[in-house]
Amino acid sequence: MQAIPTEHGLIVAGILFTLGLIGVLTRRNIVFVLMSLEIMLNASGLAFIVAGARWGHAEGQVMFIMILTLAAAEVAVGLGLIIQMYRRYHTVDLNVLNQMKG
Amino acid sequence: MILLFYLAAMVAVISTLCVVLQSNIVHALIYLILSLLAVAVMFYVLGAPFAAVLEAIVYAGAIMVLFLFVIMMLNLGQSSREQENAWLAPRIWIAPVIMAAILLTQLINVMSQYDHALTPNTVGVLEVSALLFGPYVLAVELASILLLAGLVSAYHLAKK
Repeated sequence: MQAIPTEHGLIVAGILFTLGLIGVLTRRNIVFVLMSLEIMLNASGLAFIVAGARWGHAEGQVMFIMILTLAAAEVAVGLGLIIQMYRRYHTVDLNVLNQMKG
Repeated sequence: MILLFYLAAMVAVISTLCVVLQSNIVHALIYLILSLLAVAVMFYVLGAPFAAVLEAIVYAGAIMVLFLFVIMMLNLGQSSREQENAWLAPRIWIAPVIMAAILLTQLINVMSQYDHALTPNTVGVLEVSALLFGPYVLAVELASILLLAGLVSAYHLAKK
């Protein structure tokens, strides 16, 4: 079988991670920020799969399963928080969350 | 096969770029689902078919659908689209793009020092399952506790 250079896979993961990072830094809608976080998690999962494929081990896929589980739990809690925020402030703007209680 | 890898990588990068630049939430979600499916194709070419199927079913099929449910529930409407366009003024992109470009340059610089090519031999379900039931069984149990914690907190947070 032909060979793919390892660094190409890692560079694609890096580009996806950077795009997610730009989304987190720039966006003001909290749903977009959560989506950009998901992009970053997916990019790091891609890096793990590339690393696992380079050595021929299955640990890359095991780590990817763990990342997937983490992303699922985080999305559930994050969306619950978004629902709470929308009920209280009736907007999805991040900037209303600029004060702590007390 | 190798061409498929680069094609899928291009589709993933372009659709992720469209996610970040969109102003309509539902369109951005559909682009994100497309990006996740392109990454699933990349996993398959890299010899990880189990991870590819898991990404398509769990990530694109469950997590993104959860996002869609919540967005439909929030029922934001057309006024949110104009608001989103007003928030995305060109001048707010300058500083994050510069900083992220510096970070990406450093990442590419570090990763290009690797000069080993990988030959994608298929690592199938059997090897992954042997690891999950063998050395990493504790990680599986902890992941299930994490999911339980996520379930309880999501229920509690979404209550009135």
